[in-house]
Amino acid sequence: MSLTEINVTINGKAYSEWVEPRMLLSDFIRETCGLTGTHVGCEHGVCGACTISMDGAAVRSCLIFAVQADNREIKTVEGLACNGEMTALQKNFVECHGLQCGFCTAGILMSITDFLEKNPQPSTKEIKETLSGHLCRCTGYDGIVKAVQKTVQDNQKEVLQRS
Amino acid sequence: MKPAKFDYYRPKDLPEALSLLESSGFDGKIIAGGQSLVPIMNMRLATPECLIDINGLQDLNFIESDDRVLKIGTMTRQNTVETSQLIKDQCGLVTEAVAHIGHLQTRNRGTIGGSIVHADPSAELPLVMMALNGTLHISSEDETRSVKAEDFFLTFLTTDMMPNEMLTEVHLPIWKGRVGSSFQEVARRHGDFALVAAACQLELDAHDRISDIRLALGGVEAIPLLISDAKELLAGERLTDAALQKVADVVAGSVEPESDLHASAAYRTQLAKVLTTRVVHQAYERAKGSAVCP
Ligand SMILES: Cc1cc2nc3c(=O)[nH]c(=O)nc-3n(C[C@@H](O)[C@H](O)[C@H](O)COP(=O)(O)OP(=O)(O)OC[C@H]3O[C@@H](n4cnc5c(N)ncnc54)[C@H](O)[C@@H]3O)c2cc1C
Ligand code: FES
Ligand code: FES
Repeated sequence: MSLTEINVTINGKAYSEWVEPRMLLSDFIRETCGLTGTHVGCEHGVCGACTISMDGAAVRSCLIFAVQADNREIKTVEGLACNGEMTALQKNFVECHGLQCGFCTAGILMSITDFLEKNPQPSTKEIKETLSGHLCRCTGYDGIVKAVQKTVQDNQKEVLQRS
Repeated sequence: MKPAKFDYYRPKDLPEALSLLESSGFDGKIIAGGQSLVPIMNMRLATPECLIDINGLQDLNFIESDDRVLKIGTMTRQNTVETSQLIKDQCGLVTEAVAHIGHLQTRNRGTIGGSIVHADPSAELPLVMMALNGTLHISSEDETRSVKAEDFFLTFLTTDMMPNEMLTEVHLPIWKGRVGSSFQEVARRHGDFALVAAACQLELDAHDRISDIRLALGGVEAIPLLISDAKELLAGERLTDAALQKVADVVAGSVEPESDLHASAAYRTQLAKVLTTRVVHQAYERAKGSAVCP
């Protein structure tokens, strides 16, 4: 089939591009838009490296075609920091050794950002269940769990201070 | 790992989707959540020539109930099903089962209908449909029909649906009275397909005697296996260890699982026995503790 025009907003910026229907959203983000923070591992939905946020929900970008993202709002890891300031979750990944090579990190950050928005005070079991959707071959997950737990505590402190 | 070329259509409503499906014949394929279809397309195990995307069909995204029947539109995301209070109140077995499907990130996209049509022998939703004998509503361009779950699943990844048909909604009976249910599975890792899964729903009379029971197992055969003897064995009695043992033995005698990379047939049979006793017991305890629905 010929090319199809799509309009997508990624990290607040509007993109208007012509794509082949079979182009995966992960490839569109990386190759057409040049946003290489989103990684690609398995291309069949298992490793979680390609996770992005679409209309506010964490999803695998390797299991969505770019044409399906027409008129949607996407956020990738590049869109997390605000004015160069990392989010609390990102800072805690640094502090708690939540990454080594960093291949899995972008996907995990996108999942956990969605997860904490919907469940601000998760149990350790719930955190681990959410992380089961991601493969990390370096850290053994311990630092990642700690980074998420510390973010939960930081967020709680902030809420208390504000009230 | 890139999919082969295909034509892409995005119908605006059900009639348009059905007409596209009709005209594309055997070359057309519906894409719902894409969480099973896209992996096999990326691996080129499936190379449909024409994809019909039903993600825009908002009419097929709903959860309703009329007190007797719970109705869920095929495009309802698994995550929406999981967090629906209505489903939890009226058909808690579904809520408990859906949490076992893949991961948060796949449930955000995967749909209830996609999982049922895909009909993986270990999948949670086909098992729940069988356990509760839900009804599948199916449409083609010139016909609408409904099929009971017991007649819908034919074999491994195969259902009663024709290439020109689409699943539109699923109906589940709402049980009233002292009802309890339980869903349990054993998988290698959280989020993996189950090695074996079991689902049970039962009803008690005022004296804690079982008045009705449905029990089904997944992962032991090509389709979810209904244990129809369960009612005969347990109805009219309070649940005893001896009765539980009898059901477990019947289950062990009726399953014929296959050995594969993940588990041997003997291990699957053992799991089927153990999970049977666990779900029946838990459903019973839950029914005893349940408040009676008005
Ligand atoms: C990492 C990972 C782990 C997973 N783990 C599990 C698990 O533990 N348990 C489990 O059950 N599933 C699991 N899945 C699969 C599950 O996520 C899928 O959502 C589900 O099997 C298919 O639903 P879908 O909406 O994504 O359908 P799609 O992938 O879009 O479609 C699946 C099939 O159904 C057909 N179809 C879809 N909707 C209709 C319709 N309305 N009418 C007619 N045909 C239709 C399609 O043509 C296709 O053949 C997993 C997937 C991944 C990627
Ligand atoms: S690349 Fe998408 S899940 Fe692995
Ligand atoms: S940090 Fe290397 S894979 Fe996770």
